[in-house]
Amino acid sequence: MNIQNRYMMDLINKGTRLDNRGLDEYRKITIKSGVIAQAEGSSMVSIGDTKVLVGIKMDVGEPFPDTPNEGILIVNAELYPMASSSFELGPPDENSIELARIVDRGIREGKAIDMEKLCIEEGEKVWIIFVDIQPINHDGNLIDASAMAAISALLNTKMPKYEDGSVIYEEKKKKLPVKDIIAMTTFINIGDKVLVDPTIEEENIMDSRVSIATSQNGNICAIQKGGMHGIKPGTIEKIFDKAVERGEEIRKIIKSNV
Amino acid sequence: MNKVFKKTRDLVLPGELVVESMDYLPGRNCFREGNGIYSKRLGLVYFKGRVVEVVPLAGPYIPEVGDMVIGEIKEVQYSGWIVDINSPYQAFLPISGIREFVDSLKTDISKIYNTGDVIYGKISVVSALKTIYISMKEPQTRKFSGGRIVEISPVKVPRLIGKGGSMINLIKNKTKCRISVGQNGRIWLQGEKEELAVKAIMMVNEKSHTTGLTEAVERLLDRGE
Repeated sequence: MNIQNRYMMDLINKGTRLDNRGLDEYRKITIKSGVIAQAEGSSMVSIGDTKVLVGIKMDVGEPFPDTPNEGILIVNAELYPMASSSFELGPPDENSIELARIVDRGIREGKAIDMEKLCIEEGEKVWIIFVDIQPINHDGNLIDASAMAAISALLNTKMPKYEDGSVIYEEKKKKLPVKDIIAMTTFINIGDKVLVDPTIEEENIMDSRVSIATSQNGNICAIQKGGMHGIKPGTIEKIFDKAVERGEEIRKIIKSNV
Repeated sequence: MNKVFKKTRDLVLPGELVVESMDYLPGRNCFREGNGIYSKRLGLVYFKGRVVEVVPLAGPYIPEVGDMVIGEIKEVQYSGWIVDINSPYQAFLPISGIREFVDSLKTDISKIYNTGDVIYGKISVVSALKTIYISMKEPQTRKFSGGRIVEISPVKVPRLIGKGGSMINLIKNKTKCRISVGQNGRIWLQGEKEELAVKAIMMVNEKSHTTGLTEAVERLLDRGE
């Protein structure tokens, strides 16, 4: 709607938003871990009205030939029409693939999991971790919510027992070797303003989007840029500083819920 | 054989039997089958004399002839515009439905309304197959420029308007905002105290079922200055 977009732009230029938040303010974040009994690990994260459920399943399989002594991480996201009227049934579209890839890259490149500890027999048998992302309700900022849910679910994961060539799912004792807590922060650009935690209305009028994953020691470990427009060099430097700052806050919330 | 299964303000589900008697008549959101009167929606039953009525608690906007709605132009076509009216059904605004005469062969009708424009129109036709026509000929109808839009649940709109417009006039008088309410749950407003008006509207949306709501809204409006 034209008039609504114009109104939102006016507010953003004044430094506030439709829901009275400041430009660099998050909505209320809640994390619930261990919500699915059958899964090895799970977590439900809500940021405002956005809600994402992540489940972790584990299995044993053959490693990739180039990393014979490392476990395998597979991240998948499915956007069901239940979550938003803009999602369609059918094969995964670019949005769901992008969502899964960003979360995957954050965890993988941030070395959040000690993959070498997931090796059972070099070149023969390793653990495979399936991370399934399922948005329940989409009100913007799915990337941050999914990454937060994925990392809290991994922290919540208990590995099943492996004995004589078969996986015993009933016996879960050992925790998954998680080394680092990755925090993902998404920034959107509207005009020359930068916003964090966009709602769906703000995502609809954004020029561009940058998602940045940071690790515990303040390193940036993954970046993804989306949207049609570019970002100015001065802006991106500010975004990097803010990402580290926000990442610290997100990490605190994740830690307090595990 | 006069069986009344529910009393006023009882909760009913879609398809639930309310009365089994020919002495009663089905009102809004009810239908008769055989001797029984059943509910069409999830809501509360009200007996108004011999008429059984269900006031829905939730649900989408179903257009009715004569409703004023706020719609967004989705598509410009050869002979009119397709309008989104926040309903499961799309509406159509034909060029015969606007005030001035337009020769569609000679004019680009996107100059009149273009995609993204927001209009306040009246539902003029609802066919059995839910083909919906909008008219912009009525006196109150217009195209909005400026202001903002808030959305509430369509079933709460009657509560927001209040008896004889009491609630909406209260908000208008206290905030001095210009407000247009669409039956489809969209509300357009413009004025200096927009924020306060939005707060009041959202309060009605959330607490529509409580008693003494008008007083609570009045207190909020007095306090918010």
